[in-house]
Amino acid sequence: MAKRASAHRGPPDRPWGPLILDWLRDNLFSSVTNTLLTIAAIAFIYVVVPPIVNWTIVDAVWSGTGRADCIGEGKGACWPFISARSDQLIYGQYAAAERYRVDIVYLLGAIGLAWILIPRLPGKFWAGLGMATVFPVVAYLLLSGGVFDLPVVPTERWGGLLLTLLISVVGIATSFPIGVLLALGRRSNMPIVSLLCTCFIEFVRGVPLITLLFMAANVVPLFMPQGVSLDKLLRALIVISLFSAAYMAEVIRGGLQALPRGQSEAAAALGLGYWKTTFLIVLPQAIKISLPSIVSSCISLLKDTSLIATIGFFDFLQIIKAGNSDPAWSAPNVAITGYLFAALVYWTLCFGMSRYSAYLEDTVAGGKVGAGKL
Amino acid sequence: MSGQYAIIMDNVNKWYGRFHVLRDASLTVARGERIVICGPSGSGKSTLIRCINRLEDHQSGRIIVEGRELTRNVRAIDEVRREVGMVFQQFNLFPHLTVLQNCTLAQTWVRKRPKAVADKIAMDLLDRVRIADQAHKYPGQLSGGQQQRAAIARALAMEPKIMLFDEPTSALDPEMIGEVLEVMVELAEDGMTMMVVTHEMGFARKVADCVIFMDQGEIVERAPPERFFNNPQHERTKQFLSQILSGH
Repeated sequence: MAKRASAHRGPPDRPWGPLILDWLRDNLFSSVTNTLLTIAAIAFIYVVVPPIVNWTIVDAVWSGTGRADCIGEGKGACWPFISARSDQLIYGQYAAAERYRVDIVYLLGAIGLAWILIPRLPGKFWAGLGMATVFPVVAYLLLSGGVFDLPVVPTERWGGLLLTLLISVVGIATSFPIGVLLALGRRSNMPIVSLLCTCFIEFVRGVPLITLLFMAANVVPLFMPQGVSLDKLLRALIVISLFSAAYMAEVIRGGLQALPRGQSEAAAALGLGYWKTTFLIVLPQAIKISLPSIVSSCISLLKDTSLIATIGFFDFLQIIKAGNSDPAWSAPNVAITGYLFAALVYWTLCFGMSRYSAYLEDTVAGGKVGAGKL
Repeated sequence: MSGQYAIIMDNVNKWYGRFHVLRDASLTVARGERIVICGPSGSGKSTLIRCINRLEDHQSGRIIVEGRELTRNVRAIDEVRREVGMVFQQFNLFPHLTVLQNCTLAQTWVRKRPKAVADKIAMDLLDRVRIADQAHKYPGQLSGGQQQRAAIARALAMEPKIMLFDEPTSALDPEMIGEVLEVMVELAEDGMTMMVVTHEMGFARKVADCVIFMDQGEIVERAPPERFFNNPQHERTKQFLSQILSGH
């Protein structure tokens, strides 16, 4: 049946040549303005792209052992610097003999994350539960040691990508549920709950993250009771989670407000109470609506992790910065190479999250079909 | 007193801010009675039936549904809502769930029925409203008439003693009104206690035991359809009927 329809009604077959010309005319040269913009864009690409390619690839130094190999007229990026620093970039100052423990955590994390993120795999509930309960404990014990004859590695020595990813993952995993509760609290009918949540959100959003980190690092210990001490990394983690949660809360509140009132009315009319209405009807839809903004918050959080350098941690970016001032490598093109590489790594992580969210938006139950008729 | 009545409203008053939406509204609905409420827009008819499952609260007077008085007591409200099904003008199906899941959700979470039992009840009802073949689609994929029939099935799945309809056909394209009314007529013939806010006077003539006319928050007239349409007592009722019937 479909075949007959297409034989009669399909578009006429045309050769590729004219099709391409039509496309060019429609999209690039449809008007004087469009033509000027097209020419300007081509000129811009011509001016910018070839030098970048030359510097990063054609003129780049690909092997060497120190600044002597990279310094010189007409030399581009200094890639040996990155490979020479790769251990530090991945593990920070983590004791060299104990790095296998970090590898195990990376591996477990990657498996768990993949299991949760790939929709086709079964047992999502157990994977999620494991990642939320067992994994953090195992990861903490493995990384910090002190049990099962594992030597202790103090958190001050954790660094590089390990630290950046650790803070990001913990931050996202904790700030999301806290953000949901804050958003619900702010919209609550109970005046005290609503006031407290609003105050918290507005306070945290009104203060720069660096200020909060400084307070956590330097001020909080002064107020601790004698003999009680909280690890500095833990304090930083708490601050980053709460900071991100405040933003997450506002994003989710936006989703909650976009939901028609009829949804919660219909749920109430069926006899579902507040919590069941919230978790079965309201939140799934509100989170779906605010998914792009939630992912934006996650991306912000990942990039904000670099601020912990200000309280003495060596995260991924800080390791590169430290490497740049190493006399063995110090050179202008080495510094640029380092920052370029850092940008590339951050970009890859963030772009990955962004693509995953786009993919989710298309596939979440009722995806495109359901969205229109909300 | 409450034994024979499904719903008793006694001098109910409600204000939105300073606007008096319900003025001394009193009515009784006997078990199995079918009542149609009509009136101009803004007359308070939707508010009246939304007070019955306390989607709106009233500020004075008493409302007793199936022997339970509606007060601030949240538990009593939930008990009443379990016995009262509601169908909305905008359907209000849950767009993130399939039609079948829409019909089983409250069964499993409120009535605590096992999934197999809930599925069976839901499928039987979807069959009864003639959309069993749409069970695994999402609401967004259905026509308006199909969505409203799914919404009726969702409400019936809780086995309510009373069904409230708040302008169930007003958001529908004309060609879909018939299929929804047909389902409602069948429901009425099965003996369900129903309160229906609608402008479908044909439906009122066919199934209503009595018709209530509301204007400016007041219950102006209550009469069996025969008398209501042929011999209305109040001037405002006559005026309203002449306006609404001249269009047909």
